[in-house]
Amino acid sequence: MQWEVVIGLEVHAQLSTQSKIFSTASTAFGAAPNTQTAVVDIALPGALPVMNKAAVEKAIRFGLAVNADINRKSVFARKNYFYPDLPKGYQISQFELPVVEHGAITLRVEPPKGEAYDKVVNLTRAHLEEDAGKSLHEDFHGMSGIDLNRAGTPLLEIVSEPEMRSAAEAVAYAKALYSIVTWIGICDGNMQEGSFRCDANVSVRPVGKAEFGTRREIKNLNSFKFLEQAINYEVRWQIDQIEDGHKIVQATVLFDPDTGETRMMRTKEDAHDYRYFPDPDLPPLMIDDAWIERIKGEMPELPAAMKTRFESQYGLSAYDAGTLTASKATAAYFEAAVAAGADAKLAANWIMGEISAQLNREEKTIADCPVSAERLALMIKRIADSTINNKSAKDVLRWMWESAKSADELIAEHGLKQETDSGAIEALIDGVLAANAAMVEEFKSGKEKAFNALVGQCMKAAKGKAPPAVVNEILKKKLG
Amino acid sequence: MSLSLDDVRRIAKLARIGVTDDELAATQLQLNRIFGLIEEMRAVDTSGIEPMAHAQDVGLRLRADEATAPDRRAAFQAIAPAVEAGLYLVPKVIE
Repeated sequence: MQWEVVIGLEVHAQLSTQSKIFSTASTAFGAAPNTQTAVVDIALPGALPVMNKAAVEKAIRFGLAVNADINRKSVFARKNYFYPDLPKGYQISQFELPVVEHGAITLRVEPPKGEAYDKVVNLTRAHLEEDAGKSLHEDFHGMSGIDLNRAGTPLLEIVSEPEMRSAAEAVAYAKALYSIVTWIGICDGNMQEGSFRCDANVSVRPVGKAEFGTRREIKNLNSFKFLEQAINYEVRWQIDQIEDGHKIVQATVLFDPDTGETRMMRTKEDAHDYRYFPDPDLPPLMIDDAWIERIKGEMPELPAAMKTRFESQYGLSAYDAGTLTASKATAAYFEAAVAAGADAKLAANWIMGEISAQLNREEKTIADCPVSAERLALMIKRIADSTINNKSAKDVLRWMWESAKSADELIAEHGLKQETDSGAIEALIDGVLAANAAMVEEFKSGKEKAFNALVGQCMKAAKGKAPPAVVNEILKKKLG
Repeated sequence: MSLSLDDVRRIAKLARIGVTDDELAATQLQLNRIFGLIEEMRAVDTSGIEPMAHAQDVGLRLRADEATAPDRRAAFQAIAPAVEAGLYLVPKVIE
């Protein structure tokens, strides 16, 4: 039987505010346990939540970025459950009326086999809520330790429609979403610190069947690699179960990166009975048109628009434009290099090629690139005006990486300047032809290969410092 | 709508409220009275009236995003039953 995979994603993006969503405690990561808590966060009786305006602004920014509806009135609700890292006994979230609804994002899917393609994924909603604290299960004399520093950190939970049909599509969606939230500055995107976490709802159904199969939810995936591995494992598992005659039971599972498997969390029969109701401590959140308009005016150019502009303004291919606009920092680096005089196509090639490879090797991002866009631009100018060839340029880039020297200084220091005086090159070629009369004869008798051998001899004589195109041209003229 | 004894047990469990078997019937009666009141209200024609999410017709007050709360861990933990290394200790919970 042919199976179709159905995936919906819930992403928790931590909003990059200074203070918590309902208290004035700091949200900074890594502080000593429980030193960033206010009365609201530890749920002292009578403590009342006061909403952080910046969290609302960031939710609005997100709504604008994905062309969603921003509800002029939305409601906070209590999601009731008991767990020690949630001292109130409920999480303040949004249920019936979220701040953002609908909207869509376009993603570029690169499946393991076959051609890359674009896909539009619709969003169901995005709502504001508070994060819980952290439970530490190391041994405290048989007890658990609770750190409430994270309790009350603002989150935007972004829920997609179940429109993804493979792990590759789910990863492309998560990456596109990641790019948007970091691009518009609402989330710092630090996945190791849990700033961007994915839950994947996965089910399978026979191809052609209209109803969805029973889904299982994989919780708390904090890397794109784990997201992909977990979905692939889960899909195989579900298909095996069904083909062996078992039924899928709705469940919440965790992914274990060590084994590459998903396993069921202890089932709590009442786990999904959250008894939501509007929070009497918080009147409805009202957002007026003027506020939305003001934020609209402050929005940066979005990745999709910038990609289109890169194609038209710089004549880049869709692929190059897409790669360069995958992160705001890379796009800015590229534009800075072009502004400093680099040829756009060459700049794109070098940034996506040598520079990105070296950054990957060193596990750095473009923000930490030791070669500034301006220094790169000078090097590219020297390629464009034939002062150096591509091969020497790679050396120059490596040296620039390790020192503060400019391309010009390094070219001079290492004597890399190519011979551009055609008279000098001609003299050099005459010498080579005279010394290799046999080869010249071979060529004249029809052996095409001899031409390449002559080019090789000329380049050798020039010690690699003559532009190959010029050598070719002069050589052809002389032999022709 | 009226609640069965099983419903009452379940709600009590979800809310972590200890209701003994002796108290079940009385709790059921009280809860059902509340539902009776809700039924009465539902009889009123509210078509065309926007539901309210809050008893007061006001909007949410918003504050500036400033982290001004001081560290009051020592005071907070002075009343906690058990603390260690800055953490609140609770009976072990493991998923």
